[in-house]
Amino acid sequence: MTGRPSSRVAILIVLLVLALFLLPWVAGRYPVYLAMQILILALFSLGFNLLFGYTGLLSFGQAGFFAVGAYACAKILLAVPNLMLGLAGGVVVAGVAAFLLGILSVRHTRIYFSMLTLAFGMMIYSVAWKWRDFTGGDDGLVGIPRAPLEIPGLFSISMAAMDRYYYVVLVLSLLAIFAMYRLVRSPLGLTLQAIRDSETRAEFSGVPVRKYRLAAFTIAGMYAGLAGALLPPLENTVTPPIAHWSTSAEPVLATLLGGVHTFGGPILGAFLFLVIKDIIVRFTEYWLIWFGVIVVALVMGFPGGVMSIFAKRRS
Amino acid sequence: MELLRIEGAGKRFGDFVAVDGITLAIPAGRLTAIIGPNGAGKTTLINLATGALSPDSGAMHFKSEAITHLPVYHRIRMGLSRSFQIMNIFARLSVLQNILVPVLARRGRAGIPFHRMELETGAMTEARQILREIGLTVEENTAAGALSHGDQRLLELGIAIAPAPELCFLDEPSSGLTPVERSTVLELIRKLSTGRRTTFVIVEHDMDVVFSLADWIVVMNRGQVLAEGPPAEIRENRDVRDVYLGEELPA
Repeated sequence: MTGRPSSRVAILIVLLVLALFLLPWVAGRYPVYLAMQILILALFSLGFNLLFGYTGLLSFGQAGFFAVGAYACAKILLAVPNLMLGLAGGVVVAGVAAFLLGILSVRHTRIYFSMLTLAFGMMIYSVAWKWRDFTGGDDGLVGIPRAPLEIPGLFSISMAAMDRYYYVVLVLSLLAIFAMYRLVRSPLGLTLQAIRDSETRAEFSGVPVRKYRLAAFTIAGMYAGLAGALLPPLENTVTPPIAHWSTSAEPVLATLLGGVHTFGGPILGAFLFLVIKDIIVRFTEYWLIWFGVIVVALVMGFPGGVMSIFAKRRS
Repeated sequence: MELLRIEGAGKRFGDFVAVDGITLAIPAGRLTAIIGPNGAGKTTLINLATGALSPDSGAMHFKSEAITHLPVYHRIRMGLSRSFQIMNIFARLSVLQNILVPVLARRGRAGIPFHRMELETGAMTEARQILREIGLTVEENTAAGALSHGDQRLLELGIAIAPAPELCFLDEPSSGLTPVERSTVLELIRKLSTGRRTTFVIVEHDMDVVFSLADWIVVMNRGQVLAEGPPAEIRENRDVRDVYLGEELPA
């Protein structure tokens, strides 16, 4: 439980990271594009699982913060074409939004928390839809530049080629994954897990439970914000559907697929989610039905998530 | 020195008066037992003192400071603690981690992000010391939920003393235990109350336990204090005998 990854797992991770760095050389545009989508969903899901798997709070409204990150990044890039500013802005604005809505949300737990986050998520959705002057309404924001990575006067790296942007997404994702890994193994991570197991016992251990829930909610919001902010430079547009509750369902499904109680579960889940979806849409336009069948089969077959296979083999 | 002072504390649930204007002082260093029939208000009194419930009336002072409206975690930091009647541990965490949570909280390090747990050497040493005291050193890495019922009771006791409290309430610490486990737990409480600077207040049903362990006994009935005094005095008290009619008070 506290152990570090075994050497075999460490080798696997190194090989995986190496493969990700080599991907643009060996694969075409589409696999690179898909890899970015997977990384973005992985970050989104990791943040979600800090709340769900580690703190015991099931949020149905994470798409709201994903969208706040995406819109904030888009607005910044349309005003100032500086990639770092756009991404950082997305994270910060989403973090502030999560903090403010979190103050109200974390007063409740269980289904009440879930319903409240669903409501706040849909509130953000309707803002994206109705505040036409700022968000562009149903047209969304278009023509978002894939701005260069630059510090004025020091350096400027063009991001016009998608491969270059891929490396930005990859490096930021790896850093964020590493940060989350350290977080869940820190005293803060332990305290959150204690709150998940017994809120009362945690409070009676001297932990101000609500403050810690708010911290987890804010961090989850920042991860959703980072994931969302990585999207507009890739797609060049942002439209309201990314704030819809069905977007909130993606990290939920990815996490359930991969495994709630393992650190890597949401990452593996994001991979499975998008790859399975990608394969099915080639055969049928009713992909959602088949996707549903596969998800149900996997969740019933591996109640602890697909990641549990590896855990079992190790023990 | 007077640790806790409860003055005219009252709590009702609907029409039921659980605690009916209780005034009680707990001095430091005296192992107090609270006894009384079911529904006498013993657990409610603990809930009021530790902040799990807020009283409808009355006031509470801990070390001469008003705590009546302080949140739970604040009272824990001041030196109050408790265990629970119904098992309340962190089931998915390891035994060591269960103890680490309150230890880190007391040291003000519960919210440190990114720092590796192995580097929290002070907290680690303190938590392992507590595991030695409660005799769960070997089980350090076992998931708490996988422990036997008796060991979970010991762990619960460990979590309760981990915040290094000056006053610790134990709500039926030996319930559901076999006679052997029971004597282990009681021996441990006796040892802790002399070895640590912690004053224990226990709620117990087992009269043998109460009369052999406690320095002072508070008898509750219908939300009020019926009598209090040293065991010898309580044993002779007529009102107490009436409440426990049919039950044999140990000679």
